[in-house]
Amino acid sequence: MALERSDVEKVAHLARLKIEDNDIPEYTRDLTSILELVNQMQSVDIDGTDPLAHPLDATQRLRHDEVTESNQREHFQQNAPAKEAGLFLVPKVIE
Amino acid sequence: MEWEAVIGLEIHVQLATQSKIFSGAGIAFGAEPNTQACAIDLGLPGILPVLNESAVEMAVKFGLGVEAEIGMKSVFERKNYFYPDLPKGYQTTQNDLPIVGKGVIEVEPEEGKIRQVRIHHAHLEEDAGKSLHETYTDENGRGMTGIDLNRAGTPLLEIVSEPDIRSAKEAIAYIKAIHSIVTYLGISDGNMAEGSMRCDANVSVRPKGQEEYGTRAEIKNINSFKFIEKAINHEIERQIELIEDGGRVIQETRLYDSEKNETRSMRSKEEANDYRYFPCPDLLPVELDEAYIEHIRSEMPELPKQKKQRFIDELGLSSYDAGVLSATRPMAEYFEQVKDRCGDAKLAANWVMGELAGQLNKDNLEIEQSPVSAVQLGDLVKRVMDDTINGKAAKQVFAALWAGEGASADEIIEAKGLKQVTDTGAIAAIVDEVMANNPQQVEQYQAAPEDKRGKMVGFFVGQVMKASKGTANPQMVNQLLKEKLG
Repeated sequence: MALERSDVEKVAHLARLKIEDNDIPEYTRDLTSILELVNQMQSVDIDGTDPLAHPLDATQRLRHDEVTESNQREHFQQNAPAKEAGLFLVPKVIE
Repeated sequence: MEWEAVIGLEIHVQLATQSKIFSGAGIAFGAEPNTQACAIDLGLPGILPVLNESAVEMAVKFGLGVEAEIGMKSVFERKNYFYPDLPKGYQTTQNDLPIVGKGVIEVEPEEGKIRQVRIHHAHLEEDAGKSLHETYTDENGRGMTGIDLNRAGTPLLEIVSEPDIRSAKEAIAYIKAIHSIVTYLGISDGNMAEGSMRCDANVSVRPKGQEEYGTRAEIKNINSFKFIEKAINHEIERQIELIEDGGRVIQETRLYDSEKNETRSMRSKEEANDYRYFPCPDLLPVELDEAYIEHIRSEMPELPKQKKQRFIDELGLSSYDAGVLSATRPMAEYFEQVKDRCGDAKLAANWVMGELAGQLNKDNLEIEQSPVSAVQLGDLVKRVMDDTINGKAAKQVFAALWAGEGASADEIIEAKGLKQVTDTGAIAAIVDEVMANNPQQVEQYQAAPEDKRGKMVGFFVGQVMKASKGTANPQMVNQLLKEKLG
């Protein structure tokens, strides 16, 4: 399946990536060839194979439910570009 | 045309853990902004989330409570979107393999009308932070939004129903049933005002009898029983009017405004829902085994449905009474304590549902806030049962306990001299006195035909009770009056 220019623009937008207009044809070509590889893999018979959620053959270890982190707000906010009253400030979000 | 609403609910339940789902930060309500947000919650580079064992246990408890299939292998995925209250750029949640699979819950929107609502699945996920859209500005005077990430990473169980709900009333009954189960299980405090239970409703309408669903709109974040009902009813009306006027419903997210009682468009879902889920490489699959499930099963408390049945079968309560008394955990605990204290389930039920519920309602209190404790009420009922006081005096004692005039029923009975007089001689003396003071009424009574006398005796009973300050045993008063009046 061949991607359109608009597909690439949409994916870039969703990922919040700024891409140059004249790079779009190249991205389109590259991504299309990746999808062709996926297409090739689609033809493999995977009946009876469970989807792989993680490449390691291991299961999740669990953590005891206890509070182990103390307040380090000052530390974490040292490099925040803007803050006020303990809050991080970001450019206004408009719904 | 007759329309039918089709409703599915997504309920986010905040789990009552000590720490966050993937980090060791606390989750206490009302903490100073960003004092409970650690490096993991902030999504700083190099962090590794580790799953909280209590969150898993609580999710499994819920699954067992709604007779659901438990996901023996569940997987966390990344739901990708950008919003400042989610610093990682994705929410860690579950999608394809949730921890709780299909289940079912019984709801009773009206007395005797039982409906089954299927649970599609329930999954574990992390909450996002909070955006404060106030008047913050940067040094150039540009408007800024404040971000508090204390809530980021709080464990949530999102319970997704099938579209089996047909009215706002049924939706409320369903939410109350979920609320009751999670609080019975102790996996959430269920406090809606503090956001421990939040609800999104998917609402569509279709002509009655049509099988196909209409296009649905999602109403976001409605968080009180009252507003859920209003918001859903409003949305049903909006959609019907829209279609009848020749328009069509579009799939979108709408926000409910409780002040204006209306929903308004927030964003078009088609635009926003490209979340590009993929398995979170930082978290391995969670695998549970039978022994683990059986262990949790063995620790399950009695749930509302079972409790109701036991109240009917073992205590002989009516289905209605059993339903009211088992509806919430605090109510059931209170009732059972009164019953154990006094030893009579029916009397205990009458007092809890009558005098106590009436006063709570009048003073707008929850049962947990009752000024009369279950032990105090149980002791009071005991004194009615052993004839220490009569029913009328018991109400006085209850009112005094409510007002904090004494620590126990016995103390108040003593202080107010309410002990019932059961001494025949003493009551007879009062009866004689009342008859002597009312010769005319005695004459009238004795001249009246038999079938009229029953009513007339009430006058004398009232006088005797008054003269005894309400302490005479009413049965004995009746009997003595009949004997003496002839």
